[in-house]
Amino acid sequence: MTSHTSTHDGFEDRHDRPAGNPNPPPEPDPGPGESLGREAWRRLRQNHAAMFSLGLLVVITIACVAGPWLSPWGLADVDWNAFGVPPTLEGMHLLGTDANGRDLLTRTLYGGRVSLSVALVATVVSLVIGVLYGAISGYVGGRTDNLMMRFVDIMYSLPFMFLVILLMVVFGRNIFLIYAAIGAVEWLDMARIVRGQTLALKRREFIEAAHALGVKDSRIITRHLIPNTLGPVIIYVTLTVPKVILLESFLSFLGLGVQEPLTSWGVLISEGTDQMQSAPWMLLVPAVCLALTLFCLNFLGDGLRDALDPRTR
Amino acid sequence: MSTPLLEIDNLQVDFRLPTGTVSAVRGVSFSIHEGETMALVGESGSGKSVTSTALMRLLPEMTHISGSARLGEQELLKISPRQMRRVRGDEMSMIFQEPMTSLNPLHRIGRQIAEVLERHRGMTGQKAQQRVLELLRQVGIPEPERRVRSYPHELSGGQRQRVMIAIALACEPKLLIADEPTTALDVTVQAQILALLKDLQQRYGMAILFITHDLTLVRHFAERVCVMRHGEIVESGDTATVFERPQHDYTRMLLDAEPSGTKAAVDTQAPMLLEASDIRVRFPIRKRLFGRSEYFEAVRGITLNIRRGQTVGIVGESGSGKSTLGRALLRLLESQGSITFDNTDITHLDKSAMRPLRSRMQVVFQDPFGSLSPRQTVGEIISEGLRVHYPELGRREREARIIEALQEVSLDPAMRRRYPHEFSGGQRQRIAIARALVLKPRFLLLDEPTSALDRSVQMTVIRLLREIQRRHDLTYLFISHDLAVVRALSDTVLVMKEGQVVEHGTSETIFTRPRETYTKTLLKAAFMSSEHAA
Repeated sequence: MTSHTSTHDGFEDRHDRPAGNPNPPPEPDPGPGESLGREAWRRLRQNHAAMFSLGLLVVITIACVAGPWLSPWGLADVDWNAFGVPPTLEGMHLLGTDANGRDLLTRTLYGGRVSLSVALVATVVSLVIGVLYGAISGYVGGRTDNLMMRFVDIMYSLPFMFLVILLMVVFGRNIFLIYAAIGAVEWLDMARIVRGQTLALKRREFIEAAHALGVKDSRIITRHLIPNTLGPVIIYVTLTVPKVILLESFLSFLGLGVQEPLTSWGVLISEGTDQMQSAPWMLLVPAVCLALTLFCLNFLGDGLRDALDPRTR
Repeated sequence: MSTPLLEIDNLQVDFRLPTGTVSAVRGVSFSIHEGETMALVGESGSGKSVTSTALMRLLPEMTHISGSARLGEQELLKISPRQMRRVRGDEMSMIFQEPMTSLNPLHRIGRQIAEVLERHRGMTGQKAQQRVLELLRQVGIPEPERRVRSYPHELSGGQRQRVMIAIALACEPKLLIADEPTTALDVTVQAQILALLKDLQQRYGMAILFITHDLTLVRHFAERVCVMRHGEIVESGDTATVFERPQHDYTRMLLDAEPSGTKAAVDTQAPMLLEASDIRVRFPIRKRLFGRSEYFEAVRGITLNIRRGQTVGIVGESGSGKSTLGRALLRLLESQGSITFDNTDITHLDKSAMRPLRSRMQVVFQDPFGSLSPRQTVGEIISEGLRVHYPELGRREREARIIEALQEVSLDPAMRRRYPHEFSGGQRQRIAIARALVLKPRFLLLDEPTSALDRSVQMTVIRLLREIQRRHDLTYLFISHDLAVVRALSDTVLVMKEGQVVEHGTSETIFTRPRETYTKTLLKAAFMSSEHAA
């Protein structure tokens, strides 16, 4: 929302002005769109919990992306000397191995790639489609709103499993299908939330003032409506991420998601649960990763919501 | 003199906020005797409402209250929450400003009145029912037997306030705190509610602590008055004395803040700027997929001509269709009838054809809190119209225009980087005016631009509006329920009721020699002429 087409500063300089400008321009003015972003960043930085969470999320992401390359063990490499051993330095199994002798740290990092990317893609899809769809539906109103929302209802009423199985049958098994399937479902809630917000907002006088100024509908939606729905949207996003990660593990558990040897946090957790008595680290490692990520997202979400609202100082 | 019913001594209320302590009330002392009406007058932020809520102990946790408040034998600030609950609604009760939100929408009104009786008097069943009916009759609700089963949304604002009064009086309290009880109501209803309160006061012999910002009401309603400012009482005494010989500058300022003066007449041959004939606006009440939808006609055939430089005032009570008419004239709402603006027939222009004209016709709305987008800086808000109508402007030129507009409304141009929530109501209204002015319009629709403001702020806004009208030869359509303001600003006045024009004439004629009874009632209620003061 902060992206605001840059207003070219050089433009008026090209006009025939005397070289020795009598009134030198005042200190460069930050563009209006930019200033909100910068302001928000300044405020976010003052929120220690959010900044710590952001740092930790970056560390987790980097570890998941780069970690597997650094590990001596591959995703499916079996250490024939170590089946289900607890964390040990012997053979570099820093977080132990699973029942098949595969390195748990490596698998957790690979799993993180899947879980985080599913979360990212599904959230971005739900954010982009859901927010736009909801805002347009609520803003236009009337028959359009009715039609658009009935479409959402129809999508809701389709059984999710049926949709996934159908996709599998048509396109074959593919991880991107999981992204698509989850994304296709997650935006529905977002659309409803944003539509509700929009219905309340569009009666506000500042929207009417924008009409009176002759502002185009598209600009009213992007500049006035959507920024004002951000609070609930960000909160909902932080709720979507865990939901999506768990949904993915559910699909994988049913055999519709990622397949061995590839794994995800959800799959690792469900495997770990089976061995909880004999090998607790198999549950603890992925569970702690998931929990940490979700905690961080919640703190970061709260921080972002406050930082993006000019009213909180 | 007898011992006072309520005695407040050195009351101090501090809000402990994360950013520091804010003292809302600083050492206020006053007393009220039985059967007496005392008014607490002040502008917003003066601490008058905080004082009354502190007496009811209804303030949030983080407040610190010190001093003493004695109601009869009890020290209100010391007794336990349990004892306090017994006092509330029984010995002292309160009515609030907003009748729309102070009743629970899910319960029938009879039930809500009976709740108090059950809580404090242990009345249930038939006995409670009878008392409820009696109360409804006393507060003047027609057909109480039927109304007792109504839900709040089925009642008008005035009726809801009557129900609130019935709840407050259910246990015959010794003290009634009325916190701006009539501010949200129309003037004619306001007069009725005040008459009702006076009447009930005599019947029950209770004392009233009357909190208001409106000095006109105080003069006719209260025996004694305390003027508050910044959490302190600056002046107190008998109403008559305070009004005739105000001692403090602030009181004098409040008394002078009644708008005065009239507008200089405009050349009657000035060219027409806006001509509208037979304007009708209707809203669908019930939409049906098949068959005919039902409509409510908010504006029923209004014809209106405005010459350049004129100010036309539209007055009417809420629901009279005055705002709807204003929006229809600017083509912000679909309407029937024909509208000509600046020699262009705009009746059938679509959105994009209207766009170039929009810079010449602008609006200022009532609510200074709702009319500015909370997520844009003041500079962005003001420049929005420039981006639409003068996209060729470079950033620096746009900046210059913003600064010019802010200076025009007497705001510091450095404020353009701040957000609306940092400004007071009056300042926000100036920002809204700047947003309209930056486009150099010819016509301004002013929809209750001063109604949400304090009297003293109102004055400065009115002065500003007058000045920019003179400077830019602007034409105003001024919509308001506040007759004093309309009188001060308008050339001609249109009195509206139920979507129709009741009376139309020059400001002078309407205010001094009204013809229609409705206009007379309106004027009487607004200026509280003595025979109506109950």
